[in-house]
Amino acid sequence: MTDIRATATPPFRLSMLVNDRRYRSLTFQVIVFILVMAAAWWLIDNTIRNLALMGKSFDFGFLFQRAGYDISQTPIPYTADDTHLRASVVGLLNTLIVAVLGCIAATVLGVIVGVARLSRNWLFARLMTVFVEIFRNMPLLLWILIVYAVFTEILPPPNAFRGDEASAGMILFDNVALTNRYTALPTLAMTNDPGSLDLGARITFNWATIAFVVVLVGGWIVRRMIRAWAQDVQDRTGDRPVTWWKTLAVMTLPSLFLIWFFGLHLEAPSLQGFNFTGGLNVSNSLVALWLALTLYTAAFIAEIVRAGILAVSRGQSEAAFALGLRPNRTMSLVILPQALRVIIPPLISQYLNLTKNSSLAIAVGYMDLRGTLGGTTLNQTGRELEAIVLMMLTYLVLSLIISAGMNVFNARVKLKER
Amino acid sequence: MKKSVFLGTVTAATLLAGMGMAQEGSTLAQVKERDELNCGVNTGLVGFAAPDASGNWTGFDIAYCRALAAAVLGDPNKIKFVPTTGQTRFTALSSGEVDVLARNSTWTYSRDTDLKLDFVGVNYYDGQGFMVNRDLGVTSAKELDGATICIQTGTTTELNLADYFRANNMAYTPVNIDSNAEGEQQYMAGACDAYTTDASGLAATRAAFADPENHIILPEIISKEPLGPAVRHGDSNWGDIARWTLNALVAAEEYGVTSRNIEELVRSSENPEVQRLLGTTDELGAMIGLDAEWARRAILANGNYGEIFAANIGEQTPIGLARGLNAQWTQGGLLYAPPFR
Repeated sequence: MTDIRATATPPFRLSMLVNDRRYRSLTFQVIVFILVMAAAWWLIDNTIRNLALMGKSFDFGFLFQRAGYDISQTPIPYTADDTHLRASVVGLLNTLIVAVLGCIAATVLGVIVGVARLSRNWLFARLMTVFVEIFRNMPLLLWILIVYAVFTEILPPPNAFRGDEASAGMILFDNVALTNRYTALPTLAMTNDPGSLDLGARITFNWATIAFVVVLVGGWIVRRMIRAWAQDVQDRTGDRPVTWWKTLAVMTLPSLFLIWFFGLHLEAPSLQGFNFTGGLNVSNSLVALWLALTLYTAAFIAEIVRAGILAVSRGQSEAAFALGLRPNRTMSLVILPQALRVIIPPLISQYLNLTKNSSLAIAVGYMDLRGTLGGTTLNQTGRELEAIVLMMLTYLVLSLIISAGMNVFNARVKLKER
Repeated sequence: MKKSVFLGTVTAATLLAGMGMAQEGSTLAQVKERDELNCGVNTGLVGFAAPDASGNWTGFDIAYCRALAAAVLGDPNKIKFVPTTGQTRFTALSSGEVDVLARNSTWTYSRDTDLKLDFVGVNYYDGQGFMVNRDLGVTSAKELDGATICIQTGTTTELNLADYFRANNMAYTPVNIDSNAEGEQQYMAGACDAYTTDASGLAATRAAFADPENHIILPEIISKEPLGPAVRHGDSNWGDIARWTLNALVAAEEYGVTSRNIEELVRSSENPEVQRLLGTTDELGAMIGLDAEWARRAILANGNYGEIFAANIGEQTPIGLARGLNAQWTQGGLLYAPPFR
């Protein structure tokens, strides 16, 4: 800057702010910055002023008051005596449950449909086109309501299962009952219950669950080591040792041992009083929401997958065929790994969409974060601003976590430039 | 230096604009200027607030809104009905979307204080009940242990239900619903064993069924639900208008002023209380910023409290509610309008 001044520039005039290229961009940036700040200031000031006008304060103390209402699906223990904070956490967990289930199912279904749409079987490919266009082009809320209505109107009520001449029967060897309220599933019971790990705040994990997780993760790591060893042998000798029974054994035998050790068995639900008890009742609102989110998002994912596959040059599959690979091996070994690079980034958006779309749960009475914190809690305490701000921040953090995790995955599959 | 002067001007202008927009007048002035009353009502509860076949809103709560519009604006039809759910109603009121909320809302301590509402009185003394299908064989709410119960979310009934089942050491599964229509659909489909809301709401819902005789309302009333219109906290004059419009309807019944004999009474009534109510002596209207005939118009809009009750939810209607607690204090009920003096 000092150099420029040294070369005898003309004296500064106000018009130079607009006419002189050296200042113009700076001028506009400052103006835009000021306007944005003024707008933000106006919004905040207006809010504070109006809150004061209504005599309302802005504080989160309500989160520690007694909630007083019940929630139908509680992943962690919860009663009406707990605080609004705990009710909100229950809602958040319910959101996570449907989001995780939805993301998994939508990915599986989306990949299948996307691949199938490229099938050479004319009828099959057209059917998949119809699937995509139907689910992609109607509002999600309608799908949620339709699926829910189908469940409540078509399936029998629990008392239809009663008596010797019941009009409805349980399926899968009397283990599962499909009713218009919930799907009654058998629960896992243990004869040798090892007790639970107490994490405080009445959150517990059964030691058996922890043992299974440890064994499964350990098995997976050992499986990777076996594969690495097989690869090593193949690289040195050219012969790949047979490993399938070793990996299978590592993955299953410890689990089977644990099942025997803990005496794990299924306990079927039975009809007692008004409802099925003794099993796990998965409410129709969860199933309907999950199914609708899955179908809707799968239609978008199918298109992303199709685009990803079409982005892989035709020469790649021709080369794979020339090497004698079968079509399914070509797809899984050559095309999909390359297509993933194109697929992953838009897939992240779909996961975010699904998670945020799950807030439509209120339409079917599924008590997610929107239903607890943004619904009953907001309504009973009258803390609209606080609840909405808290809810927005929660969804924001949730989305950022998902997108950070997916970006790590993306970095692993993307083209490595060496 | 000049740059900062320019920017300072921009900022100052923005701030001034902001302050101008944040200004607010009194509710009465706003309603008069708009020449329309915004009234928050139920999304649809036959007898209390529901559009009829030709799209006109009718019902018990609607009648109150019309009386208020008539008192303030001189025309019971200068009104916009804003349907609100149990979840949106208080936000609609506190944000100024509606001027008055007449939507079977229970007057509670925390709503009156913490939610910054002002309940202006009680237009229906109610209590929470349960409705079940006759086939279920249940005759008492005490037999509902383990039942699935449909409940409107964001209501006091949600809290009463939790309290009642805990107090009686019973378990239940709540099915949260957003509106009465949805509750009706879920209940009819058998997705819940019992439907719970205010007993008047149950009667109104049942009246809309194809087979009302197959559904019984259980005898237990588990709570006090004084339902009444509410206004925003802080505008006492508007609160007075809303309160005394309701009182005028109640007092009119007590003194035998009906929509039919009101013109005659205006000319000939000897009762000083009636004269003050109808504005023929004293200037009570001026005290709340209205003209002398405000109460006359309010009563003419749909009749007095008794006429409104009989026309919308009384024993001659399909809903068939008895006056019970909602009779005049002279008839053994709780309706007691303070004196017009």
